[in-house]
Amino acid sequence: MDWETVIGIETHAQLATASKIFSGAATRFGAAPNVQACAVDLALPGVLPVLNRAAVEKAVCFGLAVGANINRRSVFARKNYFYPDLPKGYQISQYELPLVQGGSLSVMLKDGEKTVRLTRAHLEEDAGKSLHEDFHGMSGIDLNRAGTPLLEIVTEPDMRSAEEAVAYAKALHALVRWIGICDGNMQEGSFRCDANVSVRPKGASVLGTRCEIKNLNSFRFLEEAINFEVRRQIELITDGGSVVQETRLYDPERRETRSMRSKEDAHDYRYFPDPDLLPLVISEETIEQIRSGLPELPQAKRERYMREYQLSAYDAGVLTSSREVAEFYEHLIHALGGGYKLASSWIAGELFGALKRAGLEISQSPIGSGQLADLLRQLQNNAINGKQAKQVFDAMWNREGDAAAIILARSLTQISDAGELERILDGVLAANPKSVEEYKAGKEKAFNALVGQAMKATKGKGNPARINDILKKKLAN
Amino acid sequence: MLNASLKQLSAQLAQRKISSVELTQFHLDRIARLNPGLNAFVTVDAAKSLAQARAADAQIAAGKGQPLTGIPVAHKDIFCAKGWLTTCGSKILGNFVSPYDAHVVERLNAAGAVILGKTNMDEFAMGSSSETCFWGPVRNPWDPARVPGGSSGGSAAAVAARMAPVAIGTDTGGSIRQPAALCGICGLKPTYGVVSRYGMIAFASSLDQGGPIAKSAEDLALMLNVMAGFDARDSTSLARPAEDYARALDEPAAGDRAKPLAGLRIGVPKEYFGAGLGADVGAAVEAALAQFEILGAKRVAISLPNTALSVPAYYVIAPAEASSNLSRFDGVRYGYRAPDYTDLADMYRKSRAQGFGAEVKRRILIGTYVLSHGYYDAYYLKAQRIRRLIARDFVQAYEQCDLVLGPTSPNVAFALGAKVSDPVEMYLNDIYTVAANLAGMPAMSIPCGFGEGGMPVGLHLAGNYFAEARMLQAAHQYQLASDWHLRRPAGVE
Repeated sequence: MDWETVIGIETHAQLATASKIFSGAATRFGAAPNVQACAVDLALPGVLPVLNRAAVEKAVCFGLAVGANINRRSVFARKNYFYPDLPKGYQISQYELPLVQGGSLSVMLKDGEKTVRLTRAHLEEDAGKSLHEDFHGMSGIDLNRAGTPLLEIVTEPDMRSAEEAVAYAKALHALVRWIGICDGNMQEGSFRCDANVSVRPKGASVLGTRCEIKNLNSFRFLEEAINFEVRRQIELITDGGSVVQETRLYDPERRETRSMRSKEDAHDYRYFPDPDLLPLVISEETIEQIRSGLPELPQAKRERYMREYQLSAYDAGVLTSSREVAEFYEHLIHALGGGYKLASSWIAGELFGALKRAGLEISQSPIGSGQLADLLRQLQNNAINGKQAKQVFDAMWNREGDAAAIILARSLTQISDAGELERILDGVLAANPKSVEEYKAGKEKAFNALVGQAMKATKGKGNPARINDILKKKLAN
Repeated sequence: MLNASLKQLSAQLAQRKISSVELTQFHLDRIARLNPGLNAFVTVDAAKSLAQARAADAQIAAGKGQPLTGIPVAHKDIFCAKGWLTTCGSKILGNFVSPYDAHVVERLNAAGAVILGKTNMDEFAMGSSSETCFWGPVRNPWDPARVPGGSSGGSAAAVAARMAPVAIGTDTGGSIRQPAALCGICGLKPTYGVVSRYGMIAFASSLDQGGPIAKSAEDLALMLNVMAGFDARDSTSLARPAEDYARALDEPAAGDRAKPLAGLRIGVPKEYFGAGLGADVGAAVEAALAQFEILGAKRVAISLPNTALSVPAYYVIAPAEASSNLSRFDGVRYGYRAPDYTDLADMYRKSRAQGFGAEVKRRILIGTYVLSHGYYDAYYLKAQRIRRLIARDFVQAYEQCDLVLGPTSPNVAFALGAKVSDPVEMYLNDIYTVAANLAGMPAMSIPCGFGEGGMPVGLHLAGNYFAEARMLQAAHQYQLASDWHLRRPAGVE
């Protein structure tokens, strides 16, 4: 039987605010335990939550970026359960009336584009951390993270493979960073995914029983966990069993998912509107103000690059993979006064290659957009050829100086002078009569051999285009 | 001295006829003498109080005295006060010393008032008799065999026995007004949002309001002037311009001194005078209504048709909120933790089982039940709808009248232990008071006579949103024409 996989993703994106969602304590990562937990975070008797408007603005920003409906009135609710790192005994979240509803995200796949529909995105507070080592059989509680603002983004069950799920997660990750609402740091837990996975016979209309896989903090784990889970569910059904709705945890060391709790053990969270917080009301002005502050979004930018710069969908996609890359590209073409395709191929080629080898982000590149523009201008002006440009790039990468200095220091100036090239080519033709004969007999390859000889004679400094032209003229005679 | 108003005490302090240290010591001495029999105070710290009194004296000497500077105030043990044991009447907070001040405490301290001590209360303010306290029951100064009402029974008994000139309390369903009535003194619950809840340990967040407990309407007004005010730390605090609640006290309407309440329409709901109301209480309230008419007020017969639903709605909403509010008392970060446990779940179970008393557990169970999956709509949502109906009843009533008058409590103070085994009977004590909390409107109680056994009877005055000054004026004018509020229990001289 052919099986179809159905996946929905829930993502917790930590909103990049200076202070917590309901208190004035700082949200910085990595502080000593409990130094960033104030009376409100500790849930001392008598303390009350006060909503941080910056978190609301970031959530609205996200809603606008995905074309969602911003509920003008949304409600904070209490989700009640006991856990030592949940100081109040309830988490303040949004339940029946979330701030953001609907919307969608366009995802680039190998074979085209796919739209993943979003169900909702709501604001909530994070819990603290329980630490089970180093406490002599007891647990330590660090409440620094308690009260950190989160946006929980929930999709419809629109993805059909682990690859699609990963593509969605990457697109979402890029978007939240693009609009500056989340730093996207997955190691620090700023961007965490849960996957709801089910399988069904291909063509079936009803969904299979799903399992939720928790806390997948890398794209690789997301992919591995889904693939494992799909195999597990198919085997289970094929062997005559059935999938039990449950929450599972991915174990990256054993590369398998494990049951965490079944539906029967699920908490009754006893949601009810938090009486300490008034309903959240968003005015039209606030929405318009946030809308006007939104940067050009990746999809719009991608389409514009294709339209205005005649880039391929692939190249435009690469250049809009992050806001930093797009900004680098735009600075570069601005400095060059054009050169759209040249700039695109150098970023996607040399620069990305070097960054990947060095394990760096584009923001950490030793070659800035202005420096790269200096280099590409030399290429545009025919002062150097492509091969030389790559040498110069490598030297710049090693911080040997700017393009002009390196060209000078290495005497890399390209030979474009017609007289000099004619002289050199006469020598090449004289020295390679066999190739000349072959070319005249119709062997195109012989032409390339002659060009190669000419480049060799110029020690790689010859302008290949000019050499081509002159050689063609001479051979035509 | 025992019946001196805040205004008189303030004048004496300002004129240096008495110092705050002397005034504070005077009350500390009374506490030392009377409290063993009444159990109104759970924490007294003479050194701390006297230090504050000395600072107040210095302020007065420097000419920087304000109306409450140097006045000792008894604080219900629900208000967090920095450095003070703050137990909320519970074993689970039996060791909790607050590291911070509630907004109300901050404001009283800034005004130069002295914290005289922390008063006993029903555990987490859940009770109408001050019998559910972990620290033992409070006794009524008028008859120590009887309850003082609750939950602010300690504050009410402290003022009634003149152990404190004035006190603060909280009111979720009548917890200021009912003990004030049963102890023959005055208490006011302001409009929801007028007094910040920051630092007031939550019972039912959408109903809780702090307010003053005093000997007279005039004292209530002076206290409310300090207690009220916007606080950004409470999202339900109302940002309104500051109001002088004493401004209208001496305003006889239309300038007629004999009829100072001329023009005031007092609504008398028929539902408040039916079955369940004690004849003695009914008679005293009727006499008070007649007095209001003599003072010029016009009596209007009104109806509040959903009155009977207020207690059931209240006992769904309040426990629901409480069940969640009290989850933080888990033995993890502060408060009581059971000494022996096997694992985390066992620690929670034992700490809460041992730390909470029976009434608190009952309400946590009720609240947990009504919020549970499958029951939420039938109980919680329905109660919220009733709540809106009750508020609508009042809004409509205030088209016909300015204030709604009636009894505060159906009966005078009952004997200790008389109702502990019958919670529903106990809950019915709140029949006349809970509606103001459900509607978020202001209400107060003032003494208006005596009933069975010579026990005080309270008159309930309720008003529309922000009608505090109007209510206080009516009560003050009534008190100028009567002396119920000056009567003191025998045996506490």
